[in-house]
Order: sequence, then C-alpha cells, then structure tokens
Amino acid sequence: MSTIEISQIKVIASKEFRDRIRNRWVIAVAIIFTAFALAIAYFGAAQQGEVGLRGIEVTIASLVSLVIYLIPLIALILGYDAIVGERERGSLDLLLSMPITRLELILGKFLGLSAALASATLAGFGLVGVWLSYQIGIGALYHYAGFMVSAILLGMVFLSLAVMVSVISKDRAQASGGAISVWFLFVLVYDLILLGLLVLSGGSVGETLFPFLLLLNPADIFRILNIFSTQDLQVFYGLTTVFPISLSNPWLMGAMMITWIIMPLTIALWRFK
Amino acid sequence: MKNNVIEVKSVFKYYGEVLAVNGVTLTVFKGETLGLIGHNGAGKSTLFKMMLGLIPTTSGEIVINGTPVQGNAFRELRRSIGYLPENVVFYDNLTGLETLQFFAELKGCAHEALLPLLEKVGLIHAANRRVDGYSKGMRQRLGFAQALLGKPRILFLDEPTTGLDPEGIREFYAILHELNVQGVTVIITSHILSEIQERVQRLAVLKSGKIQALGTVQELRESVDLPLTIHVRQHGSAETLMSTLQGITFEALSVESGVAIIRCHRAQKMEVLRRLGALGNALEDVIVKEPTLEDVFLGYAGLGA
Repeated sequence: MSTIEISQIKVIASKEFRDRIRNRWVIAVAIIFTAFALAIAYFGAAQQGEVGLRGIEVTIASLVSLVIYLIPLIALILGYDAIVGERERGSLDLLLSMPITRLELILGKFLGLSAALASATLAGFGLVGVWLSYQIGIGALYHYAGFMVSAILLGMVFLSLAVMVSVISKDRAQASGGAISVWFLFVLVYDLILLGLLVLSGGSVGETLFPFLLLLNPADIFRILNIFSTQDLQVFYGLTTVFPISLSNPWLMGAMMITWIIMPLTIALWRFK
Repeated sequence: MKNNVIEVKSVFKYYGEVLAVNGVTLTVFKGETLGLIGHNGAGKSTLFKMMLGLIPTTSGEIVINGTPVQGNAFRELRRSIGYLPENVVFYDNLTGLETLQFFAELKGCAHEALLPLLEKVGLIHAANRRVDGYSKGMRQRLGFAQALLGKPRILFLDEPTTGLDPEGIREFYAILHELNVQGVTVIITSHILSEIQERVQRLAVLKSGKIQALGTVQELRESVDLPLTIHVRQHGSAETLMSTLQGITFEALSVESGVAIIRCHRAQKMEVLRRLGALGNALEDVIVKEPTLEDVFLGYAGLGA
C-alpha cells in the first residue's frame, strides 16, 4: 500500500465541491430541503385534522419519513456519475496519469460530493431548525441537530454506495440503473421483505434475528437512530417491541453508519482497475 | 553511451480472448523522439496506456528510468511525465486557465507558470473562457499545455496534431523541437506520416500488436527496398530513351505526355542516371522520387497480410 497524500484528495474534493456550488446544485437542493421541511413541520399533522407546529419529536418523526426517501435518492443521483462519467467522457486516463492513486481519487470524489450534500442538508434543514427553535424553544435544537447529523451520515452512506456503483458499472446507463436499484432495495423493498418474513414465520424470527437484519439496512439504522432518541417516539412507533433497547445506543448506530460508509468505498477501491 | 529511459520488455496484453499487444520489446533512449505508427487498432494506445501504468500488462514488464510503471514508486516519476491522450477531453465547465490550475495542483507545480504556458501554446486570449466554447484545435492546444505542466522530462503524445490547422501544427513542432534540444524524451503517434517522418529520430511500426519494424526513416526505407521513381523529360524520341536504357530490368516504365516514368530498385539508380547522362543536351530534366514513409508504412502493412 502506498502512502496517502492528503493534498491530492483535497484537490479532487475541492473541484467536485466547487463544481456543485457553481452549477447551483447545492442551493437548489437546499431550497428543496427547506421547502419540504417547512411544509412537513407545518402541515405534518393535517391527517389528524389540524395544521400548525407540534412538538419537536413529532416534527422530527415526520421529517425522518421524508428524509429516508429523499436523501438516498439525491445522494445516488449525485454520485453515480463520479467515476463512470470520467471514464465515459474519456477524462479518466488523463486523471490517472497524474501523480494520484486510485484510492486518493475515490476519496477525493466521495469527500467533495459529501461536502456538497452536507452543505445542502445543513443549509436547507438548518434554516428550518433555527425557525423551529424560535417557535418551539431552544431545547428543540438538540434533537434537531442530531437529526441533521444523522441525515448527513445517511447521505454519505448512499454516496458511498453510489461511488461503488459508479466504479463497477461499464457505462453511465448501467450506473444509473444500478443506483435506482440500490434505492429500491434499501428504501422500499428491504423493509417489505423483512415484514413478510416476520409475518410468514409467525413472529418467530423477530426475537433475535430481526434487530440485526434491520442493521443491514442503512435506511433503517437512520430511522432507529432518530426514533430512539426520545421516549415519546418509541412509544409512538411501538418499536421497542421488536427492537431491543440495548441496541439503540446512538454511538453504536453511528458506528454502524460509518461502517456502511466505509464498506462500499472499500469494494469500490478493490474493483477500480 | 545511450541512456535507456523507457524499456518495454516482451509485453503482452490480452483483452479477454483478444490479443491487443503481442510481445513488444522496445527501448526509448534519453532525449530522442520516437514515432509510433500503426493503423487504428494496431495497439498503439494500449501500448501507451501500459507505458503510463494506466492498465496492467498481461505479461512482461515496462520500466521507466529504472522504475516499474506498475509499482508504487512510479507516482513520483509521474510528476516528470507529460501525457496528451488521443482526443483529449476536459471539463466543460472550467475555463482554460482553471483546467490548467486543476492539473497543476495535482502535479504539484506553481501557478505562476500557467499563463506563460498558455501564451506558449497560443491560448492566452482564451484563458478565461470556458472550455465548452473551445474549438477542437483549441482543446488540443490546451491538452498540449497540460502535458507540458511541470517541465516534464518524458512526453507521451497520442495523435497530438489532430484538429490543428497547418499554422498550429507548425507551432506545435516548433515547441517540440525546443523540448528536444533541452533533452526531453518524446514518444509520439500520428496518422499523418509525411508530417512526422521529418520530425522523429526513430520510428516503430506497429501492426496487430507487434512491432514490424524499428529504426530511422532511412533504415526503414532501405529495409523494405521500395522502388524509386525517376521522371525523365527529354527532347529525343521515346525509342532513343529505350535504347539508352536497354539491358536494365525495370519494375515499370511508361511514357506520359512526353515524360518517361521509370520505377526501379535502389541498386539500379546510379546505373540509370549514368545512362541518362549519355543523352547529353537532349536531356531536359530528371527528378528522382524516394518512396515516402506512407509507401514504407503501407509496404509494411502489406507484409504478411
């Protein structure tokens, strides 16, 4: 293994980040986040026949159900092109003829795109957070900050998956198909299969296996991380019945997220020829 | 004594079942300009990419300045290597200057050198324009500037004059000559053989992944022994000319609108000229045409086909 030159990672990362600022990607996504967050915070209880702000816990729970669809999708769209795009355009050879290793290139791409997504998340949801703290109280910020950090981690997990898809795909069409499949798998299909399994087995897998199966899906980790943050929500979701409280330690969940970030990147590096 | 800069040692490259490079052994010496010729698909670009360590060889080894190109130590050497890929592609959203800045940062060279470099390749007027507005020729000039970043000691140029106008081609070779004087080692590929034959010290002809011939332009010409063409204009009749040249076996002899065209082997050249001299004042003009490199190349391409 050769040494890693941080400066090379920085060059690639700053280019990716600058590109997303310049083509207004960051501002556009931030506006989408702000609009959705405001709408959800205000109209989230409309089903119960009322509008207006509710407690921070319920607001976060509503935001979680939005973010769990939206952020993986945005991250995958942002990242699927990272390597295969350079390859298809024909700029990859020139890039690799520079004094840069493939690891540095992958990390640079990943970190630059992560910075863009994190900025959009912080700006979009942060604005709403500030407004919420005025309306609900400064104490709300604590949980809300946790929600934003976990949302950024969720974005990074799916960016990492997107970079992996980008490396192993032959062309951009295949990569976009791969990215959409990843989204369907983790965001829609996985939970359905788990639920089906639970019902089919008459709940017998539930006791021991189920919590661990949940940890195999980063989207579920994100959900657990946010919903277990407050007592109210645990009851609200009835999650404690299937998920042992001992596994809900936010540090453990955070570590799982980080593992989910590292693994796809490792596979990407291994397959990058 | 010659210094070996690039050593390609019995290199093979398979893409699946397809043999792209078939046992190439080649040494490039310090400060020389080597031309690499071959039809599309002959394996030129594959060989280039292996020399740059971009793709692994299936077997065999490539060493530059004593460092294996696939090894970790090669990274440092990359700083002193310039590469202009065939049909170079840049990022459309960056300006010419920003493009150079990006690659300069990767190569670790100073930003002060960038404007003079753009000046040198004739792009200073477009330095702050986005690359998506550049013409093919301008992109090629930017690609060349990029290859010259950090004063490289070895240059790999894959079809460098594609898209350049005659003026651009002239300027390109002027810069190349300057670098050659400074002892930079250059490997260059080109379709336009008449253009490259005057400008390289040695040529390697690649066909179906194999080196068919390697040597100076003169050596290649002599080794294939293509016939020379001699154009003769004279006052006398065609019969007189025929009788003068009687006894020599020609490849071909024809008369077109008063000009006799003789095709003969190199060994017969002086004999033909001596005989023609006997025509005395009747002789108006003699033009001896050497086979062009195109002829040599096509001659080689025809071998074993």
